[in-house]
Amino acid sequence: MTLTKVLSVKDLRKVYGQTLAVDGISFDIGHNEIVGLLGPNGAGKTTTINMVLGVLEPSSGTIHIEDMDIGTDRSRALLRTNFAAVYAPLPGNLTVFQNLRVFGLLYGVKDLSERIETLLLQFDLSRFRNVKCGLLSSGEQTRVGLAKAMLNSPHLLLLDEPTASLDPATARDIRMKIRDFAAQGGVGVLWTSHNMYEVADVCDRVLFLSRGKILLEGDPKTLPREHGKETLEELFIAVAREPLTLGAGA
Amino acid sequence: MSLVRTAAIVLRYFYLVRGSLSRVFPLFAWVAIDMVLWGFITKYLNTFTSAGFSFVPRLLGAVLLWDFLVRAMQGVTITFFEDVWSRNFLNIFATPLSVSEYIGGLVLSSIVTSAVGLVVMLVLATSLFGLSFFAYGIMLVPFLLVLFLFGIALGILGSGMVLRLGPASEWFIWPIPALIAPFAGVFYPLSTLPQWMRDISLLLPPSYVFEGMRAVVSGAPVSGTALLWSGCLTVLYVLFAYWFFIRTYRRAVRTGLIARYSAETVS
Repeated sequence: MTLTKVLSVKDLRKVYGQTLAVDGISFDIGHNEIVGLLGPNGAGKTTTINMVLGVLEPSSGTIHIEDMDIGTDRSRALLRTNFAAVYAPLPGNLTVFQNLRVFGLLYGVKDLSERIETLLLQFDLSRFRNVKCGLLSSGEQTRVGLAKAMLNSPHLLLLDEPTASLDPATARDIRMKIRDFAAQGGVGVLWTSHNMYEVADVCDRVLFLSRGKILLEGDPKTLPREHGKETLEELFIAVAREPLTLGAGA
Repeated sequence: MSLVRTAAIVLRYFYLVRGSLSRVFPLFAWVAIDMVLWGFITKYLNTFTSAGFSFVPRLLGAVLLWDFLVRAMQGVTITFFEDVWSRNFLNIFATPLSVSEYIGGLVLSSIVTSAVGLVVMLVLATSLFGLSFFAYGIMLVPFLLVLFLFGIALGILGSGMVLRLGPASEWFIWPIPALIAPFAGVFYPLSTLPQWMRDISLLLPPSYVFEGMRAVVSGAPVSGTALLWSGCLTVLYVLFAYWFFIRTYRRAVRTGLIARYSAETVS
């Protein structure tokens, strides 16, 4: 059987006390597909990612990574998943190599030494191999985080603003690497970013999230025109400022 | 359960210890200071005793055994605190690592670090003050086992408390052994205590060990029933601590605290 969906989210909902953070969203991500999860601050993007990663329990709804339910088959599902986020740097008191080795063991990576060497080369980290992560610049730390995210050759890759602290040249290089990785390995990627140029360049599809609901969904190249906007950035601003005019109340 | 993932937690701690004098030093420094301090106190007290009576196995031996329990507890908590201090919960719990594998890693790390402390204490107490573990005979094995497991239970319980109450609550954890010591009768027979304290002592496995230790060096028989009861109590404490940690972790996942641990509370 060929699995067409790497991630399947159904009626996902998260309530914190009186606050509804995620309001019954459903979406899928296919293999070889990069999906952008967009929305203003507090829209529910990170909450959604945390639920997919199994570190936050949904109030209701289901999450399947390939055929595995994250709620009941967490360890097996996470063997095929990985993530990088600007707010989750690797421990600064371990070297780049030590961090990659520890996380490689946690993800059960085969031929780990070889895999680490490949990633050190791929992310231009060889010279930082024995440097503690806390001593690296934020851009270098981001690259280490991305190398960690690729360690287990995940089927599902979750990237929360992966290029936020990178210079434009490095960011472009990293985008290309992630795109190649997704294309070659049959990987599904969920990508959040506030850089609309980046999203239009990288993503096959975008989901606009506002107040915990998916407001719009479509091809980032055609979606702005469909809603009377010139660019994705204009559409983003409209979603952030006037969600009701775009159907948030629907 | 994956032993590789459990080993990863141990390896992480090994990397941290290997590269840091401030982590290597406490593995043996405080226990060494305790041995020297109590060794001389014991030596001084021996000048007041009649021939044939020695405080060495009673007092210095008791300090050694108690320090071993404390090292076992701290072996768990410090390995756990490394994740607190480096804000690593999101990274570590978003991997396939299960909570039982994680606790297994904390316990294995503690076995190594408490063994280092025990060896250092033994070498100092034996070479400088003439303490011989042979004085306790074969009973030493169950004594050490009960103390180690109770230390592990306290460590897991303490880690669960910090997970529940936030990083600043680690200061609740350090004094726990000092709070238990008076009830455990480390330095004196339980008969010294008032009745209400003795009632509490009955629930503490180390109290049976220290009573047993004093019985052995006095040449009196050790109650097998009491030792068995202390073993059963210890197992109950370990199971309770494990249950408490798992429950606290699940709550942290439900409330979102794991992902936002530095906030200390989600309310």
